[in-house]
Amino acid sequence: MKATKTIFAAAAGLAMLGAGAANAATEITFWHAMGGGLGETVNTIAKDFNASQSEYKLTPIYKGGYEETMTAGIAAFRAGEAPNIIQIFDAGSATIINAKGAVYPVASLLNENGVPFHAEDYISGVRNFYADSKGDMIGMPFNSSTPVLYYNKDALAKAGVQPPKTWEEFEEIAPKLKKAGYIALSQSHTPWIFSENFHSRHNIPLANDNNGFDGVATKINYNNEHMRMHFSKAREWQQAGLFGYYGSKWGDNQKPFIDQEVAMWLGSSGSFGGLKKSAKFAFGTTNLPYWNSITKGEEYTTFIGGAALFAFSGKEKAQNEGVAKFFQFLTKPETQFFWHKETGYVPITNAAYKLAQETGYYNDEPDAEVGIQQLNQKAAANNKGYRLGYYVQIREVMTREYDQVFAGTKSVDDAFAAIEDGANKLLARFAKTVQ
Amino acid sequence: MKRQQFDSFTLPYLLIAPQLAIIFIFFVWPAAQAVYQSFMLEDPFGLASQFVGFDNFIEVVSNEHYARSAIFTAIFSGLVAFLSMAIALLLAVKADGILHGQSAYKIMLTWVYAVAPAVAGMMGVFLFDRSIGPLNHLFNATGWPFNPQLDVFDASVTVILVSVWKQISVNFIYFLAGLQSIPRAVREAALIDCRNGFRRFWTVTLPLLAPTGFFVLVINITYAFFETFGVIDTMTRGAPGGGTATLVYKVYQDGFLGADIGGSSAQSVILMILVLGLTIVQFRVIEKRIHY
Repeated sequence: MKATKTIFAAAAGLAMLGAGAANAATEITFWHAMGGGLGETVNTIAKDFNASQSEYKLTPIYKGGYEETMTAGIAAFRAGEAPNIIQIFDAGSATIINAKGAVYPVASLLNENGVPFHAEDYISGVRNFYADSKGDMIGMPFNSSTPVLYYNKDALAKAGVQPPKTWEEFEEIAPKLKKAGYIALSQSHTPWIFSENFHSRHNIPLANDNNGFDGVATKINYNNEHMRMHFSKAREWQQAGLFGYYGSKWGDNQKPFIDQEVAMWLGSSGSFGGLKKSAKFAFGTTNLPYWNSITKGEEYTTFIGGAALFAFSGKEKAQNEGVAKFFQFLTKPETQFFWHKETGYVPITNAAYKLAQETGYYNDEPDAEVGIQQLNQKAAANNKGYRLGYYVQIREVMTREYDQVFAGTKSVDDAFAAIEDGANKLLARFAKTVQ
Repeated sequence: MKRQQFDSFTLPYLLIAPQLAIIFIFFVWPAAQAVYQSFMLEDPFGLASQFVGFDNFIEVVSNEHYARSAIFTAIFSGLVAFLSMAIALLLAVKADGILHGQSAYKIMLTWVYAVAPAVAGMMGVFLFDRSIGPLNHLFNATGWPFNPQLDVFDASVTVILVSVWKQISVNFIYFLAGLQSIPRAVREAALIDCRNGFRRFWTVTLPLLAPTGFFVLVINITYAFFETFGVIDTMTRGAPGGGTATLVYKVYQDGFLGADIGGSSAQSVILMILVLGLTIVQFRVIEKRIHY
């Protein structure tokens, strides 16, 4: 009886505390797509933010995968119940950025709520992907990663080869790895690694209208000679047993690398933390290979994948101030360094990168620096990223065609013709919806 | 017999109102929305909307991949319905003939009913996994270069097997109940007239089982069309090469994942018409041959 009473009293006390806090603090909702360990890191950041001040209370809510989160956000917006902040992935960014008036651009949000915004504070490979053509950020880059090459050190030592810098070098070492008993390479995201970033790495335009940044793009450029060459090569490698294509799922292509069937794997710079746990061998990390024959000796930067945070418009001033304060907290070097260390995603500001260097983190973990170094490589006209409508479906078309190329049921030329046709139809359709 | 009459005119309507409201809110209204959206082109956030007539339908129907998906759906649904019904019927007939320990068999054969499609799909993922899947190893051991990650045929086999396995138990319950409702006198009379068990089954048992069979066919077609979504989503997501995407899965991919509301609404309207047509055909053509 007494115990019940105590529990009651405690509960009542808690409820009052809760009510008190709710009265004092402005609630901010944050919908995200970070499951598992990543979700816990997001919760830690939210907790730290809430502890760092008393005016705002940020509540992070996990809404499922990237697509589910975007759909949930769209449904909530249509019902007039949008959250303050939503995490939208790279392929969905055109959808939300082209929705006129749905989002409060981050640069304006920060400037109008007492947090000055400077584009130069952000790492060059990061700052443009979610920005408008003038460089003002619309979305705040959040979990940013870029494709890099992971290699099994034992396998390469056994074959007596060095990790390749270029695809030409890959062609030299791959047969040696095969002789040593390995399939030389697999990769986990054909649209992202072999298509989108292929264009950035070689500075090839990916779509018209400055890759979609200057307007609503209607012409895709995937059906070009370099892409056809690369995929013809990849298919040849596959048939020669040098390249493994294990379908279109991320994990299915990573698994053979973990199982030491495959010697090198192209994944995300953010995969590094997970690999350390699952791989039972020493691995190294290096930049994404490029074709020397295309770039003529130049090495261009890749761009980021992952997702950004967008603030919905039409919210109370106090809430927007809270969002600005949270973004300020999020971009602090300490927060960024924590996020970088915990997840393997790249830090998004120069100050955070400097902090990570100064603490000597990269001396202990040289692999963690590769992604960010790659993002700081030479930038030219086509390294900002892309902004294309209905891009989730365009990726679906690409995956469908690539599957057929690697199953040997469709020629490279036919597949790229189908991608061009399918993608242009989708782009034209999207252009009609936003006019 | 005295006719039951309500005194007031409104009371009966009031009494069926809750039921009507449920039908309206959960069936009529969403269907009407889908029909409305299928004639509109709208940006995902619903900020701008325009009437486009039959454009959405024309785009859907002229899409080469949609046609492939329709063919796959037809083959897939036909095979799933046929195999799960045939196997369930066989098991039901055998279970019906068992004298001792019948309930043990019944329980063993029906528990699968409690497995959700997505869970069945996850089990399929493990069974057919490239490195740890026992069925994958088994197929490879027979000399079949089984590779569902790349080969459309192999991937189709995996989703069909799991979908059939999931549905057998439901069909089994209905068939067994149907068999047990056949009067004992009829069976005994048949036993005297005909010694051949197989012929007896074809000429006596099966016709008497036809009403049950018809009902099971209707629910199996619906199952294969709509409820296999969970299996496909967990196992293949329509891959490889979009070869295992059923029409329902495409509605989800384009509408839910891709945020193209007009296009996916047009697809679901087509699907509605298709299923409506199929049901009418089933009731008009097949039911006429069945004697209750």
